Amino acid sequence: MSRPSRRVAVVGAGLSLFVRRALETGKELAYYAASHALASSGLRRRDVQAVVMASAPDAFDGVHMKGEYLSDGAGGWRKPYFRAYVGGGSGVFSIISGWSLVASGLFDVALVVAEEKMSPTQPHPQAAFNSIFDHTIERPLGPNLLWIFALEQHRYMHTYGIRNEEIALVSVKNKRNALDHPAAQVAAAVTVEEVLASEVVAWPVHRLMVSPVSDGAAAIVLAAEEVAKRLTDRPVWVEGIGWALDTSYWGNRDLAYPRYVEDAARMAYRMAGISEPRRQIHVVEPYDPFAYKELHHLEGLLLAERGKAPEDLARGRFDRDGELPSCPSGGLLGVGNPIAAAGLMKICELYWQLRGEAGKRQVANSPRRGLAQAWGDLMQIGTVVVLGV
Amino acid sequence: MDNHVALVGVGLTPLRTVSPDLSFREMIFEAATRAYADAGLTPRDVDTFVSVAEDFHEGTSITDEYTPDQLGAVRRPVHTIAGDGLQGLAAAYVLLRSGAAEVAVVEAHSKASNIVRHEEVLALAMDPIYERPRRLNPHAVAGLEMRRYLHQAKACPEVCAQVVVKNRGNALRNPFAAYGAVLSPEEVRRSPPLAEPLCELEVSGYADGAVVLVLASAEAARRLPGQAVAIRGIGWATDEPSLSGRPWAEAVYARLACEMAYQMAGIRAPAEEIDLLELDDTYAYKELQHLEAALRLEVGEGARLTAAGRTALGGPLPVNPSGGSLGMGYGYDASALVRTAMAALQIRGAAGPLQVEGARSAVVVSWRGVPTTSGGAVVLGAL
Repeated sequence: MSRPSRRVAVVGAGLSLFVRRALETGKELAYYAASHALASSGLRRRDVQAVVMASAPDAFDGVHMKGEYLSDGAGGWRKPYFRAYVGGGSGVFSIISGWSLVASGLFDVALVVAEEKMSPTQPHPQAAFNSIFDHTIERPLGPNLLWIFALEQHRYMHTYGIRNEEIALVSVKNKRNALDHPAAQVAAAVTVEEVLASEVVAWPVHRLMVSPVSDGAAAIVLAAEEVAKRLTDRPVWVEGIGWALDTSYWGNRDLAYPRYVEDAARMAYRMAGISEPRRQIHVVEPYDPFAYKELHHLEGLLLAERGKAPEDLARGRFDRDGELPSCPSGGLLGVGNPIAAAGLMKICELYWQLRGEAGKRQVANSPRRGLAQAWGDLMQIGTVVVLGV
Repeated sequence: MDNHVALVGVGLTPLRTVSPDLSFREMIFEAATRAYADAGLTPRDVDTFVSVAEDFHEGTSITDEYTPDQLGAVRRPVHTIAGDGLQGLAAAYVLLRSGAAEVAVVEAHSKASNIVRHEEVLALAMDPIYERPRRLNPHAVAGLEMRRYLHQAKACPEVCAQVVVKNRGNALRNPFAAYGAVLSPEEVRRSPPLAEPLCELEVSGYADGAVVLVLASAEAARRLPGQAVAIRGIGWATDEPSLSGRPWAEAVYARLACEMAYQMAGIRAPAEEIDLLELDDTYAYKELQHLEAALRLEVGEGARLTAAGRTALGGPLPVNPSGGSLGMGYGYDASALVRTAMAALQIRGAAGPLQVEGARSAVVVSWRGVPTTSGGAVVLGAL
């Protein structure tokens, strides 16, 4: 692959509140986040030349062709608009998709909106996931997501001799970080003991090690270099993008290590010219829908030794004032998990961190480069973006 | 002409009304194998893959899970556009133009025969608060639109029947088509009404099939052995999603998409510069709306061109020489890519009995179907 020549920057970011059950429609949530992002960029809706929408399964809302339904709320009216979709990885993929629109030279300003409303699924959105499994081989077994991720966590623990106390610490850190996030849904000061005392949902996963069911939206504005420099003296550049989709036959993989995340990270590092990620990435927002996933992903991103991320966590390496702050936002475990919106929330966080605008969440190491990552499908896709100032 | 992106490989399976012998993944494998052979490469030479799919059509949530294996795309950059085939083509196109990829693949498929009642799926696309309580059959939305179109066009319903006769007649020559037939306009109009004035034979029949296209940057295309066709311009647009606020007589999304594609292609007078058109004809009247959008005509002029026989296969402005969706079969969001494949064969001069003499440029216009106002346009040209 050649190296893209047109530089693209994030010039605005916006979020709705993340809540268990929003009274707003999905269109309204999308409108709110898009308006917030546009206002922060100093641009108006009419300046937007193209729109990308991200949202996870239609089954949550029970709306077929959900992207079409959300189009006016997201600002797509009479514009080039489409919905890019990689399951749980969609939030971080959406900026990749938006980047490609601007980097192609076809557009100078693109709006990226991610929306998720999980609450319409009654009594619980977990049921909407029953239809993600292979209809012949897997569905007859009655699996659900908690079940398969419990398998994966167990495999991770078994392979490297990791104790559940070490994993519970991720929940403690992220829920604590989220206390400083104004949009957070499940911020809390909890201890490892409290996490392990919460009920077991599928051994070894306890309730406080799982992100909540959420409604919410996030948006960013992307601009080409010449436009970005006119708008702000602190554009946040998209330096690297990467994504990789592994086989559908997840049962054939060693679940101890997310190789597809490594594939995606290597693609992004190559584009960003990063040869030593542990020195060159200063703040990271790995995907943390389950506590163990943050550690698992930090290893896949080559930001920690395989099986050693729990030790790094225990010695404070991933704290806000640590060597490599991880999920300073509070992540999905603290801020909440409206699926696609949660991925884009991580991009918003990097935008604010790299501009020094994260307020009480600001990390201590004056970061110049950050990475966000999401994951989805059948433990199958990694999406990675490197941003820098 | 600065051809940034070329279509270098085309692979599709024949469209069929049922396909009990093949899974959708087997159909994709077949189409992909043909496309890679046509382009003279293997999936290892491809930098990025785009699939086009909607969860409710597949009966699988997060349906992009099932895309990589049969495309040879395991552990590679793959993503899905939950949208129209031309939106998927656009997603691959911009990745090539950005420099992030030199060779890209776009895949779409339909296993319509697995869906017992598509109307019930489509009904779930209506706004859940304002529109669903009306319990409208989606074809009734098309009936309303057709009525409004005919009224404003000052045309009679027979012109729609003529579209059906033309397209299903053209399809008789197309080995990929499932609905070729010899019909008269009277037979079409005598078919049972679905939502007046729309009658049964004016709606495309469903079909199963898969299509895979290989795209390459101009530089990569020169290295590859396949016969390249230039993608001169591409456009896509979405109009008003609500039924209450949209224009009903003209396809504004198609006009916007065509204008974007024409601007990129440097086309000033489409009627003179384009040799053939492959236009969405999910419902017969939509071909007329899309013809007006593609040729910048007033509402009604498309109907008059059609009534005068100018859009026939041997006429000066052939529309849907492939047979369109009415003649080939309707495969949801795959339809637009099937038609792009047919247009590419025309420009290669490889369309066999469908060949439009001397075809050097073509436009494809797509629509996502009821109740959407989304569509795309792509201009193909000889290199």
